[in-house]
Amino acid sequence: MARYRLTVDGKPVTLNADPEMPLLYALREDLGMNNPHFGCGLAQCGACTVHLDGEPVRACVMPVSVAAGKTVTTIKGLGTPAKPHPLQAAYVEEAVPQCGYCVNGWIMTAASILKKNPKASDAELREGLAGLKCRCGTHVSILRAIKRAQGAMS
Amino acid sequence: MNRREFLQTSGALIVSAFPEIGFTQGKPGLVPGELDSWIAVMPDGGVKAFFGKMDMGQGLDVAVAQIVADELDVGFDRVEVLMGDTATSCNQGGASGSTGVSNGARLLRRAAAEARRVLVEGASNKLGVPAFDLKVEDGTVFSGDKKTTFAELVGGKHFNHKVQWNGQTGNPMDIQVPAKPKPPAEYKVVGKPLPRRDVAWKVFGTGDFVTDVRVLGMLHARVIRPPRAACKVRGVDAGSIKGIPGAQIVREKDFVAVVAPKEWDAVRAAQRLKVDWHTLDGAFPEMAKLYDHVRAAKVTKRAEEVKRGDVAAAFAKASKIVEAEYEWPFQSHASMGPACAVVDAKADSCTVWTGSQKPHFVRDGVAKLLGLPQDKVHAIWVSGPGSYGRNDAGDAAMDAAFLSRKVGKPVRVQGMRMDGTAWDPKAPACVLRGRAALDASGTVIGYEFLSKGFSRQHIATNESDPADSLVGLATGVAPKGTLIFGVPAESYGFENKLLAWETIPPLVAEGCSPLRTSHLRDPVGPEIHFGSEQFIDELALAAGEDPVAFRIRYLTNPRHAAVVKAAADKAGWASLGKGKGIAFAERGGTAVAVVAQVEVDRKTGRVWARRVTVAHDCGLVINPLVLRQTIEGNVVHGLSRALFEEVRFNRDAVTSIDWASYPILEIQDAPEAIEVVLIDRPEVAPTGAGEPTIRVIPAALANAFFDATGRRIRRAPLDPERVKAALA
Repeated sequence: MARYRLTVDGKPVTLNADPEMPLLYALREDLGMNNPHFGCGLAQCGACTVHLDGEPVRACVMPVSVAAGKTVTTIKGLGTPAKPHPLQAAYVEEAVPQCGYCVNGWIMTAASILKKNPKASDAELREGLAGLKCRCGTHVSILRAIKRAQGAMS
Repeated sequence: MNRREFLQTSGALIVSAFPEIGFTQGKPGLVPGELDSWIAVMPDGGVKAFFGKMDMGQGLDVAVAQIVADELDVGFDRVEVLMGDTATSCNQGGASGSTGVSNGARLLRRAAAEARRVLVEGASNKLGVPAFDLKVEDGTVFSGDKKTTFAELVGGKHFNHKVQWNGQTGNPMDIQVPAKPKPPAEYKVVGKPLPRRDVAWKVFGTGDFVTDVRVLGMLHARVIRPPRAACKVRGVDAGSIKGIPGAQIVREKDFVAVVAPKEWDAVRAAQRLKVDWHTLDGAFPEMAKLYDHVRAAKVTKRAEEVKRGDVAAAFAKASKIVEAEYEWPFQSHASMGPACAVVDAKADSCTVWTGSQKPHFVRDGVAKLLGLPQDKVHAIWVSGPGSYGRNDAGDAAMDAAFLSRKVGKPVRVQGMRMDGTAWDPKAPACVLRGRAALDASGTVIGYEFLSKGFSRQHIATNESDPADSLVGLATGVAPKGTLIFGVPAESYGFENKLLAWETIPPLVAEGCSPLRTSHLRDPVGPEIHFGSEQFIDELALAAGEDPVAFRIRYLTNPRHAAVVKAAADKAGWASLGKGKGIAFAERGGTAVAVVAQVEVDRKTGRVWARRVTVAHDCGLVINPLVLRQTIEGNVVHGLSRALFEEVRFNRDAVTSIDWASYPILEIQDAPEAIEVVLIDRPEVAPTGAGEPTIRVIPAALANAFFDATGRRIRRAPLDPERVKAALA
């Protein structure tokens, strides 16, 4: 066990944890946050995606020790109903999620893509979102929402 | 304090998914024959509708709210639909067979109509105005300046009014009432594209999934599945998890699990635990010989569902006989996350939090497993990581119940990825054979279609019996199994016609098998129609006819012909170049035709369904917005199953254990456009939409592939390797 300090959704937190324990378990169990989800534990689906110092990472495989001293942003920290991120607003407008379990991966990854490349083309979006899974088949809605967000951000 | 606040202050969540309705005193029993079991009017005039089916994210609850709002004459926003809690709703069968609107909402429509009738009668007495002179608007009953409200009449009180129940449970449950529901012409809310209510919390991360339920003192568990099908435990080495805080082993016969207070510790214990398994090799055939196995297997049951004319005589006088065989693999639910359940089993009662799409049946199964009366088990559905049939959610709930009883504490079970991919009940592999006789003019004079495969219900479609759960099978409960498959659903008017199915024995007779079979979205629909609707194209080719014209020529139901024409017209069929394919089918009264336009990369073997056009007729359209999105989901799920999905296995085990070994469609391969034509028929009672579209996608794709390349692939999926081999 070791002691780690990090910032989560703007708040400083301290954790006592096994260094090998993935960040996801620290967020969910030690900090009682429910929004990042366990989907595969193998970095193959994206359901656990958070930003680490602004970059999307898969919390299910990232040891908590690697996150020490860094800033973690979850989808809850990205925006709120009162002050939504444009992607969240667009997701609501397009009613994208069905079961909704995959949402972290798509929104957190797309937020990073749009930050670097606000005018990303359809092909660039598809390339950047490779690897993410959605089992309800909402992909066409996802692309519609991202394009709507691009419109709102430009 | 709401659940979220409670969680934040205490770190625990110990409450039902639904608030109390506030007036539990004097409530009649929760039985289908009571109006109070369906509808409640709150003191503020808000209406609660108690729905015994389930929405899995396709907006069914919104459709129910629209229907209830129209029948009761209250605003849509005042109707709350409660579902999935066995303490507040009757067992209407959960999510099942795309019957949410057709069967499920029909009862709510009648109950709401009856509630309105009773309320207007009450208003008539109160106001001294004949009922036929009264009007209702948004919960206010009035005539001139005399008025009262639903809230004043019954708000916070019970109707204590009987309705006539047909005595059935599950999908066939029905009620009859004296009130006559409104004619469609009077609908104001039905038909409107109203938005879903579960979107915002999913987007902002502010609500709870079943994976987020926490109960004070609960232990985390992981179940250890056998490395080979049906193999038994010889021993467990407790020393192998020494040093992991609080980790304990639970074993009963061939069921092994670990529990620990912290989730990561349960995960580590499951990874480290050494189990000595009996060697039992070769339960499965070689994967390369799967379809030979199916062809050669003993037939356990045969049914001839459509038999018309004299097929043998027709073949005897044929000028030309066309024959083809198609093959479809085992497929996995592979839900977005492995299933999760939390169970708090006490000596004389039990609470279950489950993501199962049939929580009432989970209640029944847990009661049976623990030997409790049904009414001592309370099952509460909480949104899960997706559900399109009998997936791993049913096993998670039964595992958690068993473990909670064993350790005497609340237990949360969540699977690892392989529990959701390798160990869910599978959609059955099958072989499909079409045979047709044509006369000299190319007219079809005889037609046979035979489906042969593993039963779609070796594992029942719900969790109401431990015999259908992994924990049951591992602890020696004898498996049950129902023998059933299916035939194509269409109205082709071939004069002499035989549609039949045959089932074969399961690969493992007793114990746990990762290739046990049950229902996956549109059970055996994509499978059968992958064969039958390609075969129709093969017949059109043999007859020298266009595939659209050929279908329209033979379809006898005008609604069927209309969807084929609508899809073709919308897609611009006549002017499309190479790479187009059509397929049609019916499902439970809903007719769907799909035109797929594909691009094939001969080098990489990639098939891209660039554009998909769907024409959909499910009778009266309740909500075109959620209907379109449900259809889009069907299209993409269908493409994924047709292009990528195949459960891989060796002689001993399933080797598709994660997303790398069970690839599905990703966004690169999502269509550029999905066009949906909704044919609204207000005069026709609504039928389902959750599954009909998926059944025609694989054949539309395969027919388009043939049009693009001149090669026909009769084995699914059309993955890059198979495509390259076909084009070599």
